[in-house]
Amino acid sequence: MIRIKDLNKTYYNGAPLHVLKGIDLNIGKGELVSIMGASGSGKSTLLNIIGILDNYDNGDYYLNDVLIKNLSESRSAEYRNKMIGFIFQSFNLINFKNAMENVALPLYYQGVSRKKRNIAAVEYLDKLGLKDWANHMPSEMSGGQKQRVAIARALIAKPQIILADEPTGALDSKTTQEVMDILKTVNDEGMTMVIVTHENEIANQTHKLIRLKDGIIESIEKPQLF
Amino acid sequence: MRDFFEEIFSSIRKNKLRTFLTGFSIAWGIFMLIILLGSGNGLKNGMLENFRFMSTNSLTIFPGRTNVAYKGMAKSRRIILKEDDAEVLRGSLQANASKVIPMIRTGNKNIANKSEFTNNNIGGVTPDYLGFINSFIIASKGRNINETDLQEERKVIVIHEKTAKILFRDNDNPVGEYVNLDNIPFKIAGIYSEFSGGEQNPRAFIPITTARSIFQPSGEINDISMELVGLDTKEQNELFEEQIRNRLAQKHQFDPSDKNALWIWNRLSDYMQMQGIFNGISFFVWIIGIGTLIAGIVGISNIMLITVKERTHEFGVRKALGATPLSILSLVLTESVIITAIFGYVGMIAGVGLTELINFIMTQSMDNSGSEDSVSIFKNPTVELSVIFMATAILIIAGLIAGYVPAKRAVSIKPIDALRGE
Repeated sequence: MIRIKDLNKTYYNGAPLHVLKGIDLNIGKGELVSIMGASGSGKSTLLNIIGILDNYDNGDYYLNDVLIKNLSESRSAEYRNKMIGFIFQSFNLINFKNAMENVALPLYYQGVSRKKRNIAAVEYLDKLGLKDWANHMPSEMSGGQKQRVAIARALIAKPQIILADEPTGALDSKTTQEVMDILKTVNDEGMTMVIVTHENEIANQTHKLIRLKDGIIESIEKPQLF
Repeated sequence: MRDFFEEIFSSIRKNKLRTFLTGFSIAWGIFMLIILLGSGNGLKNGMLENFRFMSTNSLTIFPGRTNVAYKGMAKSRRIILKEDDAEVLRGSLQANASKVIPMIRTGNKNIANKSEFTNNNIGGVTPDYLGFINSFIIASKGRNINETDLQEERKVIVIHEKTAKILFRDNDNPVGEYVNLDNIPFKIAGIYSEFSGGEQNPRAFIPITTARSIFQPSGEINDISMELVGLDTKEQNELFEEQIRNRLAQKHQFDPSDKNALWIWNRLSDYMQMQGIFNGISFFVWIIGIGTLIAGIVGISNIMLITVKERTHEFGVRKALGATPLSILSLVLTESVIITAIFGYVGMIAGVGLTELINFIMTQSMDNSGSEDSVSIFKNPTVELSVIFMATAILIIAGLIAGYVPAKRAVSIKPIDALRGE
């Protein structure tokens, strides 16, 4: 699903900062992968590159056998829309849209009619147990509920891969496990998933744990599953 | 499409106060532009109104006194024009003078019908004169002075409809009746009125030959008027005036460069000069109006920038979810255009409403006071429909300009920066 070869990325803000120093990584279809590393290790940068939110200097990145390199803004927007679902630490819901509209947003950018996408949105909210909350605004919801809305939004466009950046970072331990259970269920249904985290409990529940340090892959482990 | 506007209106709804404050500046700008243009037009219409009593493409020659000695004749000699001078000018200037009208002004005279009387300025004229002062014989109320009247020196008179009302209260059509002009009976040939409506002082006209034999036996005339054709520039007008001076100087033996010997009142060059002034005023009004509008645009642009800044996070999310740069660009631009257009129209309607209201009140008060004695330098202070269309185009362009920089800013937002925590 993901093939990364000798990926390098340097930031040029003042002094050049070589963030990724030759990453080689393969992630197969249906895998649940976690990435850990200290801050500054490059894990967020790697996730952004995988998510086509950022570009890289040299190396190759294939997503589903499509080379993701030097894409135009509109092309990368299109790929993001169709191939990638994002889940963020801070949920990133649009606060003046209700849950249903938030979930439906990716379909809006695909040009799906309002009626169809709202039906789909309610369907996904139902899957995540939030059907009754479809018309609520994000400000009326708890953190766990918001993250479930965000998961529904990530799923609605039927992407190739879900990228989660600290998905449980803003949640308490109980909701953390609830969200993690949902993610595992989604993964069980065949969705490839990459989770950036700093919590061992999360990482231990994945199939593959990638530890990053100073821009290189330190180790790839197979955590013992609970 | 509906979704697209739904997106924009949800953002506008979210920021009602901000949207209102932004819109107010543009509404005010357009309002001021309309008021300024309306005032400019009012001034222009009012001033040009002063030209309505005579054809604008005309001039009048008045005899004066020589200012310099010429060919042995002392200065301060009075120049005396007679009817044959009009003939001379008619013959030599026919290329540019379509009508040449000599006139004897007898001054204010008493016109009476039995015990009813009034005072009118009496003009001894040729048949061309009535058309020259933008007037006409009222349908089925007689006829104008004609050539036979001139040849036979008939005692006929053309009076104004108001004069007719004063002298013949009960007779609606007194054509053929007699009135006494300084106790000399004149037959009413016709009753006239003006195309422009409301001459300040009604006059009465008799054939110039009759006027000469009764009131001016010396044959001296007071002025010669001409209707001009084909004189479109200041230079052509000056040249034409010079031709008049040269021709009459030759006949009356005065220095052609002596401006005091002949007075020439050229309404066409006055008119052109006035038009020039008003074009200047219009130009300044537009400059000021556009300036106000630009202030509004800058205001909108500024607030849109703040909006974009506030919505950085939202745009980042949208981009991460697959919004193309174009969709972000059109989101901001359309919001800007919609705010500009809606509030612009509010300002425009308010401005047009106010100018029309002022116009209405002015018309009302003029009707009440009886139009003839209300001399106004302000008339019909409204704007043309074309200005409205132009303003619409300006508003949309203004909205695009105002939205451009903020939209560019929104497009350049990097999702990773926008989404990096909160």
